[in-house]
Amino acid sequence: MYELFVEAKTENLDKVLDFVNEHIEHCPMKIQSQIGIVIDEIFANIAAYAYNPNAGSVTVRIKAEDDITIEFEDSGVPYNPLLNEDPDITLSAEEREIGGLGIFMVKNIMDSVEYRRDGSKNILTIKKQLS
Amino acid sequence: MLNIVTTENDTQNVLGLFGRLDTSTAADLQKTLMAQLELGKDVILDFKDLVYVSSAGLRVLLMGEKTAKSKDVSMKLKNVSEDIMEVFNMTGFASVLKFEEVAQ
Repeated sequence: MYELFVEAKTENLDKVLDFVNEHIEHCPMKIQSQIGIVIDEIFANIAAYAYNPNAGSVTVRIKAEDDITIEFEDSGVPYNPLLNEDPDITLSAEEREIGGLGIFMVKNIMDSVEYRRDGSKNILTIKKQLS
Repeated sequence: MLNIVTTENDTQNVLGLFGRLDTSTAADLQKTLMAQLELGKDVILDFKDLVYVSSAGLRVLLMGEKTAKSKDVSMKLKNVSEDIMEVFNMTGFASVLKFEEVAQ
């Protein structure tokens, strides 16, 4: 398990992507792209909402062997993204709202997404099998 | 990281996208894309060198499509990879966006 500790701000997205990419270089390009999307969705969300308007940090952990496990831990406001309702993806451009699409994509791409509140921490654990 | 290379002619502009369309880069595309659509230009977005699109990118594409409609111009995507198409299918964007047919 490798760990990265960064301030929860959007500017650090590239830092998080670099850290994660370093550990999934052996994975197929498609998986790397999918993980990139997922990291973007989750980290951007934490950066925007977890501590707003204050500052705080995020710990990102990754284990990438036979499967990929990534964990995001923050001490922000309690937030379980899995409680979001899935967006209606059948609507036309005019009727479309973009909210909720990010976590919907995360759930679709990953094999499992789990949230738990541990004391003052939000912990989101996502997994993807490689085969 | 996203580089946008604009190729202009009289009626349409081609925006070649190199890199990732995500939270850190979506605002860059939004600025360029909206400016051109507002001028009444048809826009082609060339996805050949785009690695992936996250929901922040989808938001800009949706905004572009709505603006194009209101300005009576077109916004089309071309050279969309299978992986990115999968994201469009997953999110229902395949039927929201327009794609340029590429001659085989």
